[in-house]
Amino acid sequence: MSAVSKDNKIVNEKIVENATCTFCGCCCDDITLTVDMDKKVVTKAKDACVLGKSWFLNHVIEDKPIARIAGKEVPLDDAIDEAAKILIEAKFPILYGMSDTICEAQRQCVPIMDDCLGTIDTTTSVCHGPSGMAFQGVGEPSMTLGEVKNRADFVMYWGGNPAEAHPRHFARYAVTPEGMFTPNGKDDRTVVICDVRHTKTAGVADIFLQVKPGKDFELLWMLRAACKGVEIPENSKEICGVDKETLEDLFEKMKNCNYGVIFFGMGLTMSRGRHFNSGALMALATDLNEFTHFVAKPARGHGNVTGADNVVSWQTGYPFGVNFSRGHPRFNPGEFTTVDTLTRGEADAALIIASDPVANFPKPAIDHITSDKCKLISIDTKNTPTSEAAHVSIQTSTYGINTGGTVYRMDDVPISLRPAFDSPFPSDLEVLTKLREKVNKLAKKLNRPYATKKYI
Amino acid sequence: MTEQLILIPGRSAKQGVGLNKGKLKDEYKKVTTTLEVSFEDAARMGLETGDHVKISNHIGETNVTVKALREGKIPEGYAFIPYGPPSSCLFDGETCATGMPASKGMTIDIEFIKKGEKKKTTLPPRSAAG
Repeated sequence: MSAVSKDNKIVNEKIVENATCTFCGCCCDDITLTVDMDKKVVTKAKDACVLGKSWFLNHVIEDKPIARIAGKEVPLDDAIDEAAKILIEAKFPILYGMSDTICEAQRQCVPIMDDCLGTIDTTTSVCHGPSGMAFQGVGEPSMTLGEVKNRADFVMYWGGNPAEAHPRHFARYAVTPEGMFTPNGKDDRTVVICDVRHTKTAGVADIFLQVKPGKDFELLWMLRAACKGVEIPENSKEICGVDKETLEDLFEKMKNCNYGVIFFGMGLTMSRGRHFNSGALMALATDLNEFTHFVAKPARGHGNVTGADNVVSWQTGYPFGVNFSRGHPRFNPGEFTTVDTLTRGEADAALIIASDPVANFPKPAIDHITSDKCKLISIDTKNTPTSEAAHVSIQTSTYGINTGGTVYRMDDVPISLRPAFDSPFPSDLEVLTKLREKVNKLAKKLNRPYATKKYI
Repeated sequence: MTEQLILIPGRSAKQGVGLNKGKLKDEYKKVTTTLEVSFEDAARMGLETGDHVKISNHIGETNVTVKALREGKIPEGYAFIPYGPPSSCLFDGETCATGMPASKGMTIDIEFIKKGEKKKTTLPPRSAAG
């Protein structure tokens, strides 16, 4: 625990082996942290990428109140009481976020919204929500990243930039690691990048396809047609930006690999076509199973956004955009998703957990959530535009650094966290458990018929 | 003079690092107000890296700093900006019944505001460089 520093001062140092970085969906669980327990800071994060290092090394215990109402410091219980009162009295309360907290905290959120007859949504709706819709339409030819590391000899990234968004994805899982059936690492793999920009990711590609913006669906459909024996059109370059010869060569490589995988990003889900693009890509992976083993997976952004999908699916049957106003869960993207409920001015109370819609949402949604028509409650680990605009703001400790729990990696593999040091701030789990109890009591007082429902 | 480009917001490593340091801090603000355009577009519009421009559409407007990329990094007619409050100013709330706003590929007007400050580059003396 203790050690001698260079200037011969005894420092209270702690080493945390196999800590998990929860910044992105890779959830790398092989990081070695060196912690100065006196100053309560991480001083080294061995093996972390540039994003992981900034995640750990910039974490400080801020000198700020745990809870505020209208900008004034209050005891935590008062803030929880106020939040519960706002949510239970609202006509259309919404809960949004959850992708940067542990599954144990996420599971408290569903009963809160059930008791409030509200709407629960995760950051998935502005991330891979369209892919979630596509899963329901065409299925998900899935795998784990361990399989990819050991077996994949054809790796494709479509509409994503992992070199900047998931920097260790190449080295840990998909491009350079030496696997059981890929002992020579990258030499045993064909790496293909498809994007509208020549990003840093394109630097690792054996084949780079610069697709015309908004023409991903057309390109995917040409490859799907090729699976059914239809020739690639002569004017493919004119249609989607990639010439016929390149596509034929690509298709041959896809057919003849032993294990192919396509990771796809928000270049597909955020552009024209949205869930049709994701669906076309997963259908292509399924079609390729006529020739070889082929899988596809969305490259997820936040540390536990995959966990949020899993928890909400397990508790309601749907992954995001779930409404309880009729006493049972209903799923309808476009109706119950947060951008829509805010843009239409429907939500009159919003509980935002570990996310920042005031910084990231479309302007009409921001205009509503920051207006007097919507009471904003924020539970977050850092000061953000959302926490600054909130009527009730609660600061919590950071998952993976201050608190343990479970997160899901982007391939749906659960990982237990190893926290580095304590925080004076309460955990999300503690705050949400108290809020759930308070909301449940108020719901019972109002004789809400579903307030006695048991959740596991 | 106002010209039109197609905007593609997205993630970048610098934006991720800035986010961890704090969204209310200058580093994050600087990264999320940098608009990357192709060298060809910048030359056509008479823009240089560091110039200040206003970008706008039917939803909103915001002021950003231009960064001209070398050939082939971004297609002509397109611009890239890291996600953040400035890019959100331009997102429409329409989600086409998916929950996902069209966050990539929106048409924006780009208008010159003022020249950027020229950076002074001091090269080391030859002897120091070996």
